[in-house]
Amino acid sequence: MTAQQIIFLIAAIYTLASGVLTVTSRNLIHAAFWLISAFFGVAAIYALLNANFIAIVQIVVYVGAIAILFIFAVMLTRRDLRVSEHRLNKGWQIGAALAAALFVGMVSMLAQWSGFTKTADAFPTQFDAVGALGEALTSPNAYVLPFEVASALLLAALVGAVYVAFNPRADENSEAQK
Amino acid sequence: MIPLSWYLILAAALFCVGLFGMLTRRNVVAILFGIELMLNAVNINLVSFWRYGEITSMSGQVFTIIVFAVAAAEVSVGLALVISAYRRRNTIVADELDMLKW
Amino acid sequence: MSFWNDPLKVAAGWLEGILTGWGMNAIAAHVLTVFLGVLILIVLLMVLDIFLVWIERKVVARFQDRLGPNRVGPFGLIQPFADIIKLIIKEDTTPANADKALYNLAPILSMMSVLILWAIVPLAPVMLGTDLNVGALFLIAAGAIGTLSIIMAGWGSNNKFALLGGFRQVAVMISFEVPMLTMLLIPTIFAGSMNMNAIINAQNVWYVWLSPLGALIFLIAAIAELGRSPFDLAEGESELVSGFNIEYSGMKFGMFYAGELLHAFTYGGFLAILFFGGYRFFGLEQVSPFLAILILILKAMFGYWVIMWVKYTMMRIRIDQMLSFNWKFLTPLSFALLLVTALMNALLSSAPTWLYVSGMILANILTGWIALEIARSATRQERERTEGIKQPAEVRH
Repeated sequence: MTAQQIIFLIAAIYTLASGVLTVTSRNLIHAAFWLISAFFGVAAIYALLNANFIAIVQIVVYVGAIAILFIFAVMLTRRDLRVSEHRLNKGWQIGAALAAALFVGMVSMLAQWSGFTKTADAFPTQFDAVGALGEALTSPNAYVLPFEVASALLLAALVGAVYVAFNPRADENSEAQK
Repeated sequence: MIPLSWYLILAAALFCVGLFGMLTRRNVVAILFGIELMLNAVNINLVSFWRYGEITSMSGQVFTIIVFAVAAAEVSVGLALVISAYRRRNTIVADELDMLKW
Repeated sequence: MSFWNDPLKVAAGWLEGILTGWGMNAIAAHVLTVFLGVLILIVLLMVLDIFLVWIERKVVARFQDRLGPNRVGPFGLIQPFADIIKLIIKEDTTPANADKALYNLAPILSMMSVLILWAIVPLAPVMLGTDLNVGALFLIAAGAIGTLSIIMAGWGSNNKFALLGGFRQVAVMISFEVPMLTMLLIPTIFAGSMNMNAIINAQNVWYVWLSPLGALIFLIAAIAELGRSPFDLAEGESELVSGFNIEYSGMKFGMFYAGELLHAFTYGGFLAILFFGGYRFFGLEQVSPFLAILILILKAMFGYWVIMWVKYTMMRIRIDQMLSFNWKFLTPLSFALLLVTALMNALLSSAPTWLYVSGMILANILTGWIALEIARSATRQERERTEGIKQPAEVRH
């Protein structure tokens, strides 16, 4: 077993364990922190795949923005954060069976594919993946249109989120207090 | 070297864990946690296919970036909806948000 | 290749030779050597951190016309060690109903988010942790870990002041990340790379001459990210007692405190790397790597001194003022500056150096002036709206 394989196994087990704890832990704040730890594990997997830029962006976007939003949302939407409720709904056995069946199905389907056990060539040291990615995102022959659509989507989400979460009553109250 | 299958199995397992969370958690925010795990599993697949396929074609990484943008948009709108629903109904348990049911 | 020209590689090669000579696996020997290198770097940073405490207290004393610590040892040099002994023997309390795991993890993560930054700091042309090609983004990623540690501390303490302070600090940090990331793109545009070493090597002209406004915005965003005055409302003593670290005592508090000092010094270092030429100083860095380290540390100390200077001469501002300062002024300004810089860079790319530099400076001054004029007129309108239009004195009679 090579060093790379050991690192992969550690990162994979860490990620999966964090994922399982995310979906099962009783305290929602703990679930959020387990989710963050799963994000770190996935970033390690990206780094193993020589995708440095994606690994760093994973931390910046997921840990720096999305996870913080999650934690804020969890804290804002509960009166008593320590109440432990029934965390899973009544049909959880069906959910677990579905997920397990999907996993078995996916793996058995993939196992029949000829490229399943393929190994990659050594990563070319001269290749500038970050530069190539930047060119792919901005070149009209490649992906400039999806890139622009994604930015329009983010703008729409920004406006929509502000509109939905904006509380006109609270604003009136504060105006009245003035 | 690590064979491609390891990454694909990891991604499948993470996807199923996320699916389980999405199907069974009662809290809406926890359902969003499950969806994030599933999106991450998809991203692992995209990046590993980039690495094991043609490295000079950047499609895998580009799609990952697009998925990041979609995830950020989804979370911001989803959490805004959650906070708005909490303000009106005082609950974010999915079973109790049943105004559309009759 | 002698020890004085490339000390790290020579020392690592020597150690690896010894280890493999003992019959150790080559990969294991390499891992062990790298691990030892990281350990030495961290130990040196910690020693530096101890002296930063002394420097900070002495400089504050000068700013406030006092003497500072002067009892323990010559010039009070032993004072930080006395402080450490005090912190270690202090009782280490954990509040009742605290979230123990998160409460204890927070100070470690806080320190880690600072130490991890030194992985990409090029100390000398041949001495750097890792030659990451996305170094500028790494800075923001480490900042994200710092944000996480603060929210952990605020939540884990089970204290409403800690939670409020944590919320405030996180709001400030994620807001000021936007102008900071934008300003990191300006050296990236000039150098054509996000790699820290490439950015330093491209600085034949210090980037502070090409983008003085960019350096200023970076400094402001860095101070906000650090949570130092005038942006220290997270620990406003009069309203929040001490903010997110209120429940911490002993060495756990010491970790937050030391982390903050080292963070300030590190941002001084990044200011030096991104805008003041890093370890370069008129070719002196070619003489010896040790001289290059000295130059970088002196430049970082200068940045740290500026941050201290701002801290001890400015008053705290209110959170709504500071967030609207960020979102309504600093963020649009940094976007405009980025656009102008990219445009000027494209226009002047084939121009001689003097024209390039003067064009950049003019563009910066113009952008800053227009932004200030817009802000001034907006402020005037706001004042007229809240206070009513000032009537001339004779009309009132």
